[in-house]
Amino acid sequence: MSRSRRVKLQAFRVTIFILLGAFFLVPIGAMFEFSTRGNSVTAPRTMEAWTNIFQTADLVKAITVSLELAVITSVGMLVLLLPTMVWVRLRLPRVHRIVEFLCLLPLTIPAIALVVGIAPLYHWIEINLTDSILILSFVYLIIVLPYSYRALDAGLAAIDIKTMSEAARSLGAGWGTVMLRVIVPNMSTAILNACLLSVAVVLGEFTFAQLLYFENLQVAIGYVGLVSAGTSIAVSVASLIFAFTLLMILSFFGRPRLRIAPIEETVIPGPLGPPIGPK
Amino acid sequence: MTTPAGVEVRLEDLRRSYAGVTALDGLSLTMAPGELVALLGPSGCGKTTAMRLVAGLEEANSGRVMFGGKDVTGLPANRRDVGMVFQAYSLFPHMTAQQNVEFGLSLHKVNAAKRRERSGEMLELVGLSKYANRYAHQLSGGQQQRVALARALAIQPTVLLLDEPLSALDAKVRSRLRDEIRRVQLEVGTTTLFVTHDQEEALAIADRVGVMNAGRLEQLDSPVAIYSRPATPFVAEFVGLTNRIPGMVKFGMVEVRGTELPLVQHDAPTGPAIALVRPEAVALASEHDSVPGPLIGTVIAVAFLGATSRVSVDLGDIVVLAQLPTAEASAHPAGTRVRLAIRPDPVLIAREVEKAPVEA
Repeated sequence: MSRSRRVKLQAFRVTIFILLGAFFLVPIGAMFEFSTRGNSVTAPRTMEAWTNIFQTADLVKAITVSLELAVITSVGMLVLLLPTMVWVRLRLPRVHRIVEFLCLLPLTIPAIALVVGIAPLYHWIEINLTDSILILSFVYLIIVLPYSYRALDAGLAAIDIKTMSEAARSLGAGWGTVMLRVIVPNMSTAILNACLLSVAVVLGEFTFAQLLYFENLQVAIGYVGLVSAGTSIAVSVASLIFAFTLLMILSFFGRPRLRIAPIEETVIPGPLGPPIGPK
Repeated sequence: MTTPAGVEVRLEDLRRSYAGVTALDGLSLTMAPGELVALLGPSGCGKTTAMRLVAGLEEANSGRVMFGGKDVTGLPANRRDVGMVFQAYSLFPHMTAQQNVEFGLSLHKVNAAKRRERSGEMLELVGLSKYANRYAHQLSGGQQQRVALARALAIQPTVLLLDEPLSALDAKVRSRLRDEIRRVQLEVGTTTLFVTHDQEEALAIADRVGVMNAGRLEQLDSPVAIYSRPATPFVAEFVGLTNRIPGMVKFGMVEVRGTELPLVQHDAPTGPAIALVRPEAVALASEHDSVPGPLIGTVIAVAFLGATSRVSVDLGDIVVLAQLPTAEASAHPAGTRVRLAIRPDPVLIAREVEKAPVEA
């Protein structure tokens, strides 16, 4: 590649990077600017809206509950989806398309339709079992399925799961060991990816919580916004920063290992001596 | 390192089919303790299925697998005590070479100090001590397969299973690693089943070779016997090159273009047949007579193979291959007229006359 072409390519990359950066950062910057405004145009900057986050009990409770929901949903998704997908790949490849279809189905069903369908079940659970908001994690498990499935499927496709599991089995590993010591460590990036997507979906979810009369983070932000627009914007910016931090962690874990060139084949010393002839 | 004594491995009438298609049709085979048996055959002949049944990675429809007189047919793969090296690279990517070798030992509850010692010995055995801390992606294909061999042997398995472990490697590395596998196998003395579709590999490495076809064992014998005394036309044609020359069976002999050859199948019925003649059983002599004869033809190609050369001779209706020392073959360049002589070794006959005259 010629030098001028390289320079042009580099300039193109930088331009795209700046444009995309601006696309994401300008709205967030504007939100931050709004959240630090005083009561009038001439009033000095203030962090009151940010400090209000921790002084609004309902908001703190909603943040805590949403984080709990995010953790429960992520763990539930992994426990449900990962072994199923591994088993389907190893033992039931012919049902792969059916499982894929079922997992992607929630994408095609409007949230309102799902809520209408699931509301009677939730009412029954609330009356007869528990009215804890954490039961929302059941429905969240359904709505995170398409995103998590895609992430895990990409991870499974990237490794030779059949050969690795058979190698582990032949060495004496049971299925639990195969999962925990062979498969999971080799798809840590995909698992983190699936978890991040689940967390993002749960933290941003509004429709189900609102229509099933629960108060999660987004519903609480809506209520706070009625009283203090600045505080609700501050919480939104904080949750975005939280998501970005998760992304940074993900990219750190997903970074490929340092590559070292393979070593030349070596001749093995042994009773039969090295092979005869040119190497 | 302690050398485990090999055990006898017996497969009794193993059968396996997939959706009505028979992959293995009554395979019976006994391997002596410490023996290396190669299963050789074309794709789909059932050799890999046989190995997977021995490993416990699949279940047989019927039949038994016995290790040292113990029936292991119903045992799952993780309780069979086999070491296996796969065709695909199977090292765990998140572990170093040493951790890979230690993996099986940790499952067998070997303490950390012993694991380290044993993995060191195994890596030394395969000549990779220096690379113990490398990950799979930092090793070449041949090195990965050697680590996989060390990993399989580290647990001192009852049986070692090698499922085309050299197929993914280039020719030079393949040939060297083949010799190394044999050396290591002789050193540890583990009874070993080696599956391959490469006849050169099978003949070079095995104590005995089993040639498989359509789920059945056609012949199980020493490499020399498989090549020089094939039991069936399939074995004769699959192992090595074979000339298919039309002839006529009569009086316990087959007459091939004026030359009478003894038969392997003494009870072959009289009538037309195809004689299967090895290229090295065909000799050439210069022929200046322009009158055509049954064994007179024209050299159409000479393939240099190193110490020997393969000469293709057009006899008019068929092309016959002759394998000669290169010095001898150089006397017959393409275009020269030659007279063939067929050495009167016992030959096999095939009845299907519709196949191509020469096949690999």
